[in-house]
Amino acid sequence: MLESFRSHLRTFEEAVAYPPNQVFIGNLDPDDLARVPSPWYKHPARDGSRRGPFGEIMPEDEFYGMMKICDEFQLVLLEEGFVRDVTAKLRQHPLFSEADLLRLGNGVSLADIEQQLTDGMTLPMYERGGRLVGCVRTGHEEDPNLTAEILMENLAVRASGALALRHQVAATGRAEAVDFLLGGGEEAVGDRYNRGGGNMAKAIGELCGCSRAGGGDVKAFCSGTIHAIVVAAGLVASGIFRDVVVVAGGSFAKLGMKFQGHLRHDMPILEDVIAAVAVRVGQDDGKSPVIRLDSIGKHEIASGSSQQAIFDNLVVQPLDRLGLKLTQIDKYATEMHNPEITEPQGSGNVPRTNYRVIGSFAVLRGEIQRSDLDRFVEEHGMLGFSPTQGHTASAVPVLGHAVRKMLSGEMNNTMFVAKGSLFLGRMTQLADGMSFLLERNKGGV
Amino acid sequence: MLLKSTKVIIIGERDGVQGPAIEACVRSAGAEPVITQTQCFV
Repeated sequence: MLESFRSHLRTFEEAVAYPPNQVFIGNLDPDDLARVPSPWYKHPARDGSRRGPFGEIMPEDEFYGMMKICDEFQLVLLEEGFVRDVTAKLRQHPLFSEADLLRLGNGVSLADIEQQLTDGMTLPMYERGGRLVGCVRTGHEEDPNLTAEILMENLAVRASGALALRHQVAATGRAEAVDFLLGGGEEAVGDRYNRGGGNMAKAIGELCGCSRAGGGDVKAFCSGTIHAIVVAAGLVASGIFRDVVVVAGGSFAKLGMKFQGHLRHDMPILEDVIAAVAVRVGQDDGKSPVIRLDSIGKHEIASGSSQQAIFDNLVVQPLDRLGLKLTQIDKYATEMHNPEITEPQGSGNVPRTNYRVIGSFAVLRGEIQRSDLDRFVEEHGMLGFSPTQGHTASAVPVLGHAVRKMLSGEMNNTMFVAKGSLFLGRMTQLADGMSFLLERNKGGV
Repeated sequence: MLLKSTKVIIIGERDGVQGPAIEACVRSAGAEPVITQTQCFV
């Protein structure tokens, strides 16, 4: 199995040139994907770049270095030669400082890492190709919440979230101006007495110069990031805070989650990237797109968990309140999972399913004919392009594209709709979700 | 399919038909759900 797994891994360059990944960082538009022949992995973007207007795709070795920079408890050990190489690479990175490089340290010998691995509680870190370059140690010998597995996940969340936040503040303004950070991820940080205690938001902000920010996390499974954006909009509109950032690190656990389907179809294992996002919500500047506070949709406890009930709560009822037809929304941002990743494992095309449910409401309400359903999906939807990372795939990766089009006047509005699977935690059979309408700024503060 | 007096394990799907909806259907057909779950396969 391991050999089969390894032989189906992509190179970094292949992951960068993968068209959906280029959409995620803004070098391609979601609509560009429709012009890329299927399968997308066989048609790399010719001008694919590591960096784009919305962020970057960082290679594995630099990311391991970032995890070490995030490590304040000597959990991560990296081999000394590997550290030298990574230090040289990160020294060229515009978002890393000498202080970061000091945190990388000098590394340890390979023998020390091999010795550490004999304790049965330490996890190895390999480079693509199988070279051992480091390890993650347990945080407590008797606490199942501080195992190396959990700490490796959480360090990856902090590292990816910090990279996203560094890009965000580099693009939008001073880190010191941020009043409050809201975490929107699905991780659980804590020990046995406070499992899921959280506040990853502050742990991330600490590494990004947000020295004046407070913080806290919002939890709602895959919908957590959209929940957090709604909370951020409320905090800013009420005047409690002026400048709020929502940040969500990626999901380490979802890497390769559907690898069996990919191996079965003899295709590359496409779930090979961790995706993180950061969104800044500030006061109306007269030009940036606006979150309409009278558009917020919520899934109510008594509504039931059918798809019809969820979309009625999140799409139909908010638009009814605003007096808008479903066809008056330029685009719907739903769960943007890349179907090339989900379909080989039999998980279907998630965005298309969502768009067809929304379109069905338009048919029921007499806004379109039944025969126009496919056209509704084409005009008001888009192809899934996001890495299948749960909360960072749910609606939020469309935000950069929507903002860009609204600023240029190409688009008037986009409705962001995210769903959460509360039942996975075995506490309730309920589903969840949240939505909001983003509109082009009509000018005037 | 006759479900009367049959014990049923129900696994629903988040984007399709959720577990509780399937449970309501099989109960109405006289079956006995022994476990109901909804999974998220994405």
